[in-house]
Amino acid sequence: MTSAGVPGGGAVEVPAVVEAVGVGKVFGAGSTAVTAIESVDLSIRQGEFISLIGPSGCGKSTLLRLIGDLTHPTSGTLAINGKPAARARSDRDYGMVFQAPVLMDWRTIAKNIELPLEIMGFPPDERRRRATELLKLVELEGFADRHPWQLSGGMQQRVAIARALSFDPKLLLMDEPFGALDEMTRERMNAELMSIWRRTGTTIVFVTHSIPEAVFLSTRVVVMSARPGRISQVIDIDLPAERSVETRESERYFRLVTRVREALRQFEPTDEGPEVTEAERVRAEGLA
Amino acid sequence: MTTASGFLRRGSAPATAAAPRTGRSRTRRWIGIAIVLFALVLVWEAAKWIGGDPWRLHGTVAGVQVDYEHVPPLDWRIASDLSLPHVWDIVRAFVDPAQRGGAPLGVVLAGQAAFTFGEALAGFALGSLLGLALGVAFVHSRLAERALVPYVVASQTVPILAIAPLVVVALKADWLSVMAVAMYLTFFPVTIASMRGLRAFDPRSLELFRSYAATRRQVLWQLRLPTSVPYLFSGFRVAAAASVIGAIIGEQTAGVAAGLGSAIINYNQYYTSGPERLWATVVMCTLVGFVFVGGVNLAERILTRGRYRPVEGLL
Repeated sequence: MTSAGVPGGGAVEVPAVVEAVGVGKVFGAGSTAVTAIESVDLSIRQGEFISLIGPSGCGKSTLLRLIGDLTHPTSGTLAINGKPAARARSDRDYGMVFQAPVLMDWRTIAKNIELPLEIMGFPPDERRRRATELLKLVELEGFADRHPWQLSGGMQQRVAIARALSFDPKLLLMDEPFGALDEMTRERMNAELMSIWRRTGTTIVFVTHSIPEAVFLSTRVVVMSARPGRISQVIDIDLPAERSVETRESERYFRLVTRVREALRQFEPTDEGPEVTEAERVRAEGLA
Repeated sequence: MTTASGFLRRGSAPATAAAPRTGRSRTRRWIGIAIVLFALVLVWEAAKWIGGDPWRLHGTVAGVQVDYEHVPPLDWRIASDLSLPHVWDIVRAFVDPAQRGGAPLGVVLAGQAAFTFGEALAGFALGSLLGLALGVAFVHSRLAERALVPYVVASQTVPILAIAPLVVVALKADWLSVMAVAMYLTFFPVTIASMRGLRAFDPRSLELFRSYAATRRQVLWQLRLPTSVPYLFSGFRVAAAASVIGAIIGEQTAGVAAGLGSAIINYNQYYTSGPERLWATVVMCTLVGFVFVGGVNLAERILTRGRYRPVEGLL
């Protein structure tokens, strides 16, 4: 696989995977109507890793669901790979990963990964071949015939990622996939997702509450503000393409973490901000 | 490559899958059933000891002359030999010939039980299919659900004794009408259970299926039906027991002589001369129910093997 395009170095013409112009979403109607998001403009290029971050209620999950055609915009236009979202969905352009793994408890791990392939009518040998390959990718080779309850939360989430990647979707949509994991597991999963992204070159849109996670993973961080939800700032993450433990300790990383935090604070003056570990805060502020 | 893979140590494998129910706890369950049965017999005989009919033991037991007469202190009608025969009389009824010079009652009853079981099984199978089909239709069509569910419920409020003659007259063929009555009692619990089960999936898994652009049929086969299995089996268990009742009532209405239904009528008529034979028939009916529900349980266990975390110490 080709390595992912580095953002900011954009002399090469890359087609937009997501093109949102003036997208808005209002739930309900009349006096009880709630504006979830308003006039969102966003263009995501092929191979990018985009994080959506913002306070609760800023509509980041709604935006992700709009992109994935799980709900429909009430205003604006949205094109995925140059076509309407509904068309992109029926073309199976999306891989989805939620906060919960949502595995089918009656299927073994391998069969869970094969589920989308079965639905899409892949031949049995091809399904088995891909499942084996993906189990290797997420480092769960020995677990093919286990059932979901036999795996830990982090392992189950890795299965969910493998399942989403099984049919080579053009766009991977992840809604707080590591939100339910402990900090240690989360960092390990971040590193793992990073290496998967680099190997597959899939475009990823990633919703998160965690600033360090967003900075570590992304090529761009989209900061959103609440009531009504809109994009307040887009921050380019110009970290080296190769990211590792050292990246998390680099000065550049801390400066970017601080920038994202300040962008969030600007629009959310209350102390109800996204959670960051105490250690991260102390280190980041010491260097800023 | 990044040093990332250095992080990625595979977690230690979880303990190998334990059997959902260990042999030990299964033994314990049988012991429990035996204890309750023993307690039941004890209470039964104690009631007879206190308020039953007097009896006398007279003769030689192991070379010793025995002459004992028991006169219970009280006189309860419910504990009389006619209402509650002695447990050993019921047991002996199984061994004694059903008719003079004929096969033991137990053997005759077993044959009749097999016949009734066959009818009940056929009624159960067709009724379950019908029930499941209705459930599938109702979860896919609000209109069908709103229009038809009240009638499904109404069908079960009509006493089966009123329905059975209609069925028998309409279908004539004996065996077929018995099965139809069994089916009538069977489909309802399955419909109710399947409506619940077919909607019990995690809404996020439906979004997942949407993202795969799955068809309604695929959602039914790959998501709704597998999710509904535990619910369905609750319905099947009720239906299995109900189908035996349905078959017996059907037999009696249709005048089918080969099953337990006719045995019940027969021993009812001769109750005063041999109450223990009706009791033996009742015991046989419950055995048929046990075998049936046991079979359903076994099928569920096979079908859901490995699916759930075994629960220790809760059974």
